[in-house]
Amino acid sequence: MDAKRELLSLLSTDAREDVDDIARQLDTDPDTVERLLTELESEGPVRGYQAVIDWDSTDTNHVAAHVELNVELDRDTGYEEIADRIARFPAVESLRLVSGDYDFAVKVTGDSMQDVSQFISEQVAPLPAVTQTVTHFVMETYKEAGIDFGDRDGDDRLSVSP
Amino acid sequence: MTLKPNDRVAETPESGIRKFFELAEERDDVISLGVGEPDFSAPWAARTAAIDSLQAGKTSYTANRGKLELREAIAEHVQRWDQEYDPESEILVTTGASEAVDLALRTFLEDGDTVAVHEPTYISYEPGVRFAGGEPLAVPTSADNDFLLTPEAMADAGAADADALILCYPNNPTGAVMNAEETAAVAEFCVEHDIDVIADEIYAALTYDGEHTSIATLPGMRERTIVINGFSKAYAMTGLRLGYAMGPADAIEAMNRVHQYTMLSAPTTAQYAAIEALRSCEDSLREMATEFNRRRRFVISRFEEMGLDCFTAKGAFYAFPACGGDDEAFAEELLEAEGVAVVPGSVFGPAGEGHLRISYATGMSELKTALQRIESFVETR
Ligand SMILES: Cc1ncc(COP(=O)(O)O)c(C=O)c1O
Repeated sequence: MDAKRELLSLLSTDAREDVDDIARQLDTDPDTVERLLTELESEGPVRGYQAVIDWDSTDTNHVAAHVELNVELDRDTGYEEIADRIARFPAVESLRLVSGDYDFAVKVTGDSMQDVSQFISEQVAPLPAVTQTVTHFVMETYKEAGIDFGDRDGDDRLSVSP
Repeated sequence: MTLKPNDRVAETPESGIRKFFELAEERDDVISLGVGEPDFSAPWAARTAAIDSLQAGKTSYTANRGKLELREAIAEHVQRWDQEYDPESEILVTTGASEAVDLALRTFLEDGDTVAVHEPTYISYEPGVRFAGGEPLAVPTSADNDFLLTPEAMADAGAADADALILCYPNNPTGAVMNAEETAAVAEFCVEHDIDVIADEIYAALTYDGEHTSIATLPGMRERTIVINGFSKAYAMTGLRLGYAMGPADAIEAMNRVHQYTMLSAPTTAQYAAIEALRSCEDSLREMATEFNRRRRFVISRFEEMGLDCFTAKGAFYAFPACGGDDEAFAEELLEAEGVAVVPGSVFGPAGEGHLRISYATGMSELKTALQRIESFVETR
């Protein structure tokens, strides 16, 4: 595996590793890791570093919905233009063009269901290109970003074994 | 006295592992680097295959040699190490690699036969040889030579007269790996002196720098080698108890004769899990190996930073640093002072003295904490 790929794979499991520890794991030196990180950030592959949060185990109000969007293209408006228009809203956490029965899969977050519905009906549905929206509120999150929220099993191996 | 153990059993001491297990169990704040099994669970697809087999009521014995479908999958799997074995006649599925080692010893040893065992090595071989009526002959290996077995070391130990050799690379406890050339030198010695080989290759899939070389694939070796492997380490299936032995048809037939009377067949549920593991879990295997490799590099560089000599282990999930002096005292004091459990090298034979077996089958964050504690222990000692 080349160094950048290996660094990406390591960061995708734990972005909080410090540079010295990354260097030890990849058998290189901290300066090289710093340089690779800077390159990955400036060239585009690394877009940010975020915590994976199980909001349900906090007392914060946090509601998420998956919204299916159908759109109609015309001569002046392509997917890119529509995506750009929608992506700029901070309530839109992710936006993807997908294959299948609808065009865009949007993840929207807010403080309440009302908040989210209002956002969809006032900001997204009225856009000229949007022909239909279907909103699915998230009831329960079991797994996010590769992390299983239910998986809290302890280590039941013998503490010392052959 | 009733139920008096025979001399062989009575004279076999408790393993040194047991003592450290008991010490570690006395405290509840211990981080253990003493575990000889992966910290992952078996791949989910393999576990679901086991569950499905139970749901379908597949709870009877299998063929003595194991399900043919499994033997066929094994035959295909081991081609990655240039091993060619006929699933019908040359593969025997066993209850862990442990059973395969025991079967090989009981099948091929005559009373009083000498079995060369390089040291330090896995703790079960010497007792296994004795239980089977043989005499173990220790062949020391050392840090100076990265714990590799050489023909010179064998000759020095008098192993030219041995009847068999138990070869274990990648090695538990050192993590040492033998490359093609080094293995070939040992193979030549075995051919020259007519020594059979039991090759325990259970860590073959956890070889980080280059590919594993199986001694069975070298000239003159196939007919004198029983290759042993299993699912415990590579597929994190220790508790499912499944391994296998491969060798020439006559030899496997003979081992199967012992197996059919003493075991009947290996665990059925585990065989279903193993078929699926081989069929679809290559990615999990690779991910585990990648993760182990990162931890390996991390651990070795941390020991270097602490100033403990630690040769570059290239396989399994162990590092074997020198602790400078009495390894047992070091391990006991470390556990007492810092709550970190490690296994003293001398548990694996006198040649392991002055070293520690560090298992990195532990999550990265615990590993970091454990090494920090070892570092402060080393500084204040
Ligand atoms: C070198 C070696 N061989 C064999 C075994 C036992 O393997 P199994 O679980 O397949 O019986 C172990 C387990 O620690 C080992 O380290």
